[in-house]
Amino acid sequence: MLIYLPIAEVSVNAFLLLGLGGLVGILSGMFGVGGGFLMTPLLFFIGIPPAVAVATEANQIVASSFSGVLAHFKRKTVDLKMGGVLLVGGLIGAALGVQLFNALRAIGQVDLLVKLSYVVFLGIIGALMFVESLNAIAKSRKASGPPPRRHHRGWIHALPFKTRFRTSGLYLSVIPPLLVGVAVGVLAAIMGVGGGFIMVPAMIYILGMPTKVVVGTSLFQIIFVTAFSTLLHATTNFTVDMVLAVLLLVGGVVGAQVGARIGVYLKAEQLRILLAIMVLAVCGKLAFDLLVQPAELFSIGMEGSH
Amino acid sequence: MKRLALICALMLAPLAGLAQEDDETPPESIVVGLSQESVAITANFNGSEILVFGAVRRDGPVEGEDPLEVIITIEGPPRPATVRRMDRNYGIWMNVESVEIDAAPTFYAVATTAPFNEVITSTEDLRHRISIPRAIRAVGTGSDRPADFTQAVIRIRSDAGLYQVLENTVTLRGETLFNTSIALPANLVEGDYRARIFLTRGREVVSSYTAAIEVRKVGLERLIYTLAHERPLIYGLLSLVIAIAAGWSASAVFRYIRSN
Repeated sequence: MLIYLPIAEVSVNAFLLLGLGGLVGILSGMFGVGGGFLMTPLLFFIGIPPAVAVATEANQIVASSFSGVLAHFKRKTVDLKMGGVLLVGGLIGAALGVQLFNALRAIGQVDLLVKLSYVVFLGIIGALMFVESLNAIAKSRKASGPPPRRHHRGWIHALPFKTRFRTSGLYLSVIPPLLVGVAVGVLAAIMGVGGGFIMVPAMIYILGMPTKVVVGTSLFQIIFVTAFSTLLHATTNFTVDMVLAVLLLVGGVVGAQVGARIGVYLKAEQLRILLAIMVLAVCGKLAFDLLVQPAELFSIGMEGSH
Repeated sequence: MKRLALICALMLAPLAGLAQEDDETPPESIVVGLSQESVAITANFNGSEILVFGAVRRDGPVEGEDPLEVIITIEGPPRPATVRRMDRNYGIWMNVESVEIDAAPTFYAVATTAPFNEVITSTEDLRHRISIPRAIRAVGTGSDRPADFTQAVIRIRSDAGLYQVLENTVTLRGETLFNTSIALPANLVEGDYRARIFLTRGREVVSSYTAAIEVRKVGLERLIYTLAHERPLIYGLLSLVIAIAAGWSASAVFRYIRSN
């Protein structure tokens, strides 16, 4: 069933969009990532103009994250205090990121920057998580004793403004989560995604939060950052396509619920290794596209039209 | 369908006005009908077909022996575009050059009764901007080889079905009645389209006619588009409300399913 999208001005198969939304929604619920880093390239691939894809994807992530976070609230795996601190950082970062994005757009290299950021960040994070999860699985098989405490957060504990994050079981300075929030916000604005795939590992490895709390807290923060960026896109570029968003989010919200249930039955290490494999796969595809000669060397942009 | 169109054309012929009045009324003029003068883009819009039919009206004797040929074009609203070229730098493929195209039609189809070179001279083509390369107003700034960029636009849009060259697709009967059908693809941009019909003899244009086709979004499509552009804040907030509501209801539905 083909449907004409009023803002994107293209005709696409409605069931294809529902399916894509559902698939990405499952991942969103399982891993606490918005799924934008998968969905945005998929939307380019089916012929949605990039500007519309990025803006509409932000709107869809709001829905799937909201659906996902409700499931986590019910299980009390959302650290609201931590989420709030990350959010303040995230909004500051997003505002900075948009400025940077516009500056690079003026030079005409924004596409390259976006792709390179994807390759670099996805590559580093994917590889780190993959190795770490493999080690964790190997250890849990060898010895069933208590897991060793991590001691590498010494400098973090030396920072001022310490406060207690009860849900996460941490007594930590607000500075590290604030900085994580800012960094994720900047990257989210540049790459047109929620930033969960960067924030989740940052929360686990830098802040030392328990994996189960990380997912809900990440979703909580993503809702607000993507809502902010949806409004920004809608009011400045008029690129949010409501029809596209509705189709994606109908699939997405259902998928997110399914994903959250699946997540309960998987061990933390298994969750992490699956996410790592997915991140590496997307990274590999993008790197391949940058290194291999494209079939069409020319592209048409409509930026000149406004 | 075609036969019906021809009958319509014949019936309409005496009613319709003359196409184009030059200083001297040409001995041959065109009477044209379109199967639709407006295209409505609805939610399930899946492309459209426009049937162009007409008749040649002769007010005087025709000079020369050259056969009559017909060229029909349909073009979408012109828009400026930026064309970029990629090249390999530091081992990766990136945009290295860009050219601004002043105006390129968002859609362009040209249908003829015979191969293009046999129906019109390149001088006449240049004058009336009939062939696809001529229809693009390209000012090659910022590149040594602007022609490559114009060709790229034609290649990319032809692949997308937005630019069509339809040689030998106009049927001409008895040097009087002609008709053709041109398919408008689903990825159509709204705006004022126009259909142009040229009569040529000896590869020179002897008469021409222009008709307008309105392509407009209607209904829900229109409503959303207008809201997005005229009340962007409300539109943005509405999008968020829909997103939150959908997220909440999915969660509620699943909780209900699980509790049973």
